[in-house]
Amino acid sequence: MAPISPVAPIAEQGQAVDIRVAGVTKAFAGSAALHDIDLTVRPGELLALLGPSGSGKTTLLRIIAGLAQADRGQVFFGGLDATTFPVQKRQVGFVFQHYALFKHMSVADNIGYGLRVRERTNRPSKTEIRRRISELLDLVQLSGYENRFPAQLSGGQRQRVALARALAVEPRVLLLDEPFGALDAKVRKDLRAWLRDIHERTGKTTVFVTHDQDEALELADRVAVLNQGRLEQVGSPDEVQDHPATPFVMTFLGQAVRFSADIRDGRVLVNGKLVSVAAPRSTIGLASLYCRPWHLKPVQAGHGHHQGLITGVRRLGSMRRIEVTQADGTRLEIEAPLATNLRVGEEIGLDIQDGVIFREG
Amino acid sequence: MRPALSLRLKQSSVLPGFGVTLGYTLLYLGLLVLLPLGALVVKASGIGIAGIAATATEPRVAAALKTSFGISLLAAGVASLFGLLTAWVLSRYDFPGRKLIDAIVDLPFALPTAVAGIALAALYAPNGWVGSLLEPLGLKVAYTPLGIFIALVFIGLPFAVRTVQPLIAEIEGELEEASATLGASRWRTLWSILLPPLLPGVLTGFALAFARAVGEYGSVIFIAGNLPYVSEIAPLLIVIKLSEYDYTGATVIATIMLAISFSVLLLINLLQAWSRRRFGHV
Repeated sequence: MAPISPVAPIAEQGQAVDIRVAGVTKAFAGSAALHDIDLTVRPGELLALLGPSGSGKTTLLRIIAGLAQADRGQVFFGGLDATTFPVQKRQVGFVFQHYALFKHMSVADNIGYGLRVRERTNRPSKTEIRRRISELLDLVQLSGYENRFPAQLSGGQRQRVALARALAVEPRVLLLDEPFGALDAKVRKDLRAWLRDIHERTGKTTVFVTHDQDEALELADRVAVLNQGRLEQVGSPDEVQDHPATPFVMTFLGQAVRFSADIRDGRVLVNGKLVSVAAPRSTIGLASLYCRPWHLKPVQAGHGHHQGLITGVRRLGSMRRIEVTQADGTRLEIEAPLATNLRVGEEIGLDIQDGVIFREG
Repeated sequence: MRPALSLRLKQSSVLPGFGVTLGYTLLYLGLLVLLPLGALVVKASGIGIAGIAATATEPRVAAALKTSFGISLLAAGVASLFGLLTAWVLSRYDFPGRKLIDAIVDLPFALPTAVAGIALAALYAPNGWVGSLLEPLGLKVAYTPLGIFIALVFIGLPFAVRTVQPLIAEIEGELEEASATLGASRWRTLWSILLPPLLPGVLTGFALAFARAVGEYGSVIFIAGNLPYVSEIAPLLIVIKLSEYDYTGATVIATIMLAISFSVLLLINLLQAWSRRRFGHV
C-alpha cells in the first residue's frame, strides 16, 4: 500500500459530514440571543443562515465554530459531539466578513499557516506544504499571487485567499460569516458563482451567513431563516419562497402586501369578495393574506378586491413597477408589462390572484 | 531657475506652504540642533583624532561610557518588554482603575528627574522600604549599577508603553480567531500573529527609551553612588570635567557619546525600516 500523504488532495478528503445543532440557547444582554435552535445541515450541503441583523445568525455560526459558547445545547459533527471541543480542535474552516488575513504574511504564508502551526508529528513537510499552497491557489484562481501581501490585493482577491487558507487545514466543515458583505455588487455576483463552483468541487458541508435574501436563494441548497433568535423555517429556496412558514419569512424574502381576509367554509374572502386561494381547513375566521407584487392584477376601477390610485410607474428590468396608493394612504406595488397603458393618476382596481394565508395573531 | 527644478520643489497639495514649512524646519533644526552639536564637535576636534582616542581609552572614561551605554541598552530592553506588557493590559482589558493606571504611566515624563532619583534612592537604600527587604538577600540596589538600571527603566517605561499602545488597539480581534480556527495554540497566535505587527512600535519605544537613558542625569546621580569605574555614568563625568575647567575633556566625552548614540539610533532606524517592510504591510 502506498504511504498515506499527510495532506490529501482536495478531491480525496474524506466524506462530508453533517452538522447537527441541538437545543442551542444563548442569552445575551443585547439583541442577538438564540432560543432553543435545532438545525441539521446535511452532508455536503450548502446551507444559508438568513436573517436581519440582530437575528442571531452570526452568533449561531460562531457557536458551531466554537468561537462562542452556547449556554445550553450541543453541536455535533458527523455524530461526534464537538460541544466541549475548543475552537482549535474543531477543525472548522472559518471565513470572516472582513477577511482577517494576516497582513504581515504573504499570500502563500497565509494559506500555509494552518499547516505550519500543526504539531510536529502531523505537520506536513515543507515541500508538501508548498504543493498544497499551489494547489489551493489554483483552486481559488490566484496562481502567481503567492508572494503578494494582503494589502496589495483587491477585496475579492482577499476573500479568495481567506477561503484558500480555511480550506488548507482540511476542515470537517466550512463556515462563512457574511463572506461577501464587504464587497461591491459586481464582485459579489462573481464570487457567488465561484463559491458555488468551489463547493461542488470540494464537497464540504458548508454554512454561510447572509442578510441578503437574493444571495441565500441563489446560492444555497437550503435556507434557514432566523428571526429574533428563533428559526422561522428551514427549506429549499423553492419551499421558503412558495410555502413560507410564517409571515416573517414571507415579508423578509421579498416584497409582500398584507390584506385582511375572512375565511368561511374553506373559502377566502377579501372585502367580501372571493379569492381563489386555498385556505387550510383548520383556519376559520379572520386571517392575513400576504401577496407578492405579481399576485395582484390591475383591473378596471370598481372591479377586483381592492381600489387604489396609481401614484408611480417605474421601470424594473423587463417589467414595470406600479405604485398604488390605497384609500387609507398605504402604498403597495404591483407588476405590469413594459408596454402597460397604466398612467400616474389613474384609479384602478386590484384583483388578487394568489397569495399565502396566515392565521391571525 | 530651470523648469525641472522648480517643478520638483513645487508639491501640489490642498494645504499650501511647503516652502515655508520646509524653510522653517531647516532653520529650526539648524539653529537649535545642528549648530550647538557642530560647535561641540569643532571644539572637541581641536585636540585631534589622537587626542580623542587617548581620552576615549582613558580607563575612567572608558568605564563610564561602558556603564552608560551598557546599562542604557539593557534598561531600554527591559522597559520595552514591560512597556509592551503594560500597553497590552491597558488596551486589551477593561478593569476598574484602568484609566488611572493609564495616567500613572506618564508620571515619569512629568516628574523632575532629580525627584525621581531621590525617591528611588530612599526606597532602595539599605534602610529604605524596599532596600531593607532586599538587603538580607544580599541584593544591593542603591549606589550600585543595579540602581542606575532601575532608574533608567523607570524613565524609559512611558516611551515603551506609548509607542506600542496604539498599535495594540489596532489589532483586530478576528485575527486571533482566524488563527485559532486554523488550529494555532494561544502561544503560537501570540508569537506569529499578534507580536510581529507590534515590532516597529516596540523598536521605536526602544530607541526613545535608549536615547533618553543615555542622556539621563538627574535621576541617576542620586541612586548611582557615582563610584569611578563602577557606577559612574558618562554625563556625570562630563560635569566633573567641567567643574575642573577641563572644557576640552568634557567636549571630547560628549562628542564620543554623540557618535555612539548616533550610530545606535541609526542602527535601530534601519532595523525599523526593515521591520516595517517585513511586517508592516498594513
